[in-house]
Amino acid sequence: MSKISRRAFVTTGFAAAGVAGLAAGAGLAKRYGLIPPDGGGIWGPGETLTYATQRLITTHSMAREFPRSMISEKPFANELAPLGNEFERHKSAGFADWRLAVDGMVAQPASLSLVDLKKFRASSQITEVVCEEGWSYVAEWIGAPLSEVLKTCGASPQARYVVYYSIQPDWWESIDMADALHPQTILAYGMNDGDLPVGFGGPLRLRVPRQLGYKSVKFITRLTVTDSLKSFGKGLGSASPEAGYAWYAGI
Amino acid sequence: MALLISGLEIVVSHPRFYWGETGNSGTATLFKIPIPSSRSTVPTGYGYVLPDQNGWSRYLHFQAAWAVVLTGLAYVVWGLWTGHFRSNLVPAQADRKWSAVVDVMMSHLRFKRPGADEEFSYNVLQRTAYLVVVFVLFPLVIWTGLALSPGFNSALPATVNLLGGRQSARTLHFFVTIALVLFLLVHVAMVALSGFRSRMRGMITGSVPTQEERP
Repeated sequence: MSKISRRAFVTTGFAAAGVAGLAAGAGLAKRYGLIPPDGGGIWGPGETLTYATQRLITTHSMAREFPRSMISEKPFANELAPLGNEFERHKSAGFADWRLAVDGMVAQPASLSLVDLKKFRASSQITEVVCEEGWSYVAEWIGAPLSEVLKTCGASPQARYVVYYSIQPDWWESIDMADALHPQTILAYGMNDGDLPVGFGGPLRLRVPRQLGYKSVKFITRLTVTDSLKSFGKGLGSASPEAGYAWYAGI
Repeated sequence: MALLISGLEIVVSHPRFYWGETGNSGTATLFKIPIPSSRSTVPTGYGYVLPDQNGWSRYLHFQAAWAVVLTGLAYVVWGLWTGHFRSNLVPAQADRKWSAVVDVMMSHLRFKRPGADEEFSYNVLQRTAYLVVVFVLFPLVIWTGLALSPGFNSALPATVNLLGGRQSARTLHFFVTIALVLFLLVHVAMVALSGFRSRMRGMITGSVPTQEERP
């Protein structure tokens, strides 16, 4: 009998400590903005643990870069839905009129052409695109650092997220400022020393190499700087959670 | 179970395995699992595509992984603290020789019922198997899983580089999972053979009924 009551005592103690720890952890996570926008619901605990842990350990971390010899000979262009008339018009005009709108919490909203973007310092990286399905390839990506575009447009220090939109209908994503200001997050217009091909997101793709491929949205037309994601879509942060996929894809 | 089922669902979206850093539908595989896929881009030879179950599978996989890591850590700390590993899992001094291992194997092969002494203690084969599961397979499955996380890779690149690249880590994650499933199958079979009810009672309450208490 004494054995069982000791066991019960220890178990209850652990359970109480666990509940108290969870409550304290949730409080801390909320205070430091470590709860992801899709952190409600049944998957909230796992997503919050992952996002909070990674934000603590990846503060200054860089995605792995590879030697030129490791660039994949056969990069895989994922399946694309038909891109629509507007895109086809841009394509036949050589993307001369492609515009990237920058709005939201910025001092100077802007509408940037590809030529404008190429005036920013060109940043290149040889990184791996990693799909949530399991496949991957390595390529060189060339583009303008998002941080410098945000700085030029005067993004507010109160900003917490950057929302970005594809020309594809209902396709939008967002990242927090840790990723938005990260030196490897670039608005890519080049791939492997050429223009970024349409199959890989050309003319403009946001590369976020510390997260899975689906965060690197293709055909970017608009950036919105914001301090809250509540008013965007269903308030879950991006189109991914609305389709059942996690908002934070650094796993 | 949550990890196994959700893991298999994720595999279904790309049932091809590679070795090295990269691999995709346009490159050579190490091996393929001959099943249809939930993605039309994967050349499986089947004329149809399965429904996509990856979203919830991934949410579940990572949440369950946290549960395993946290309870696993608690178990290992408790085991070291109380000496459970030293006294119950590390084979006894007298058993640390091949003849002891062979003895246990022979008694299994002759389908001998375990003696009374085994009611309260694990034999040398069980001890070795449990140690391998706790200190080799579980750490490996967690390591190879973490090596698949692009965020974690950026913080600790060695975790994936030491395994020979991202696709090697994915393939190893799959193999270690199979090893754990095989252990589970054998473990459950042995429990069933040695008296399911008394063993389950032992596992849950921590005490084993004595001969007199048996019906």
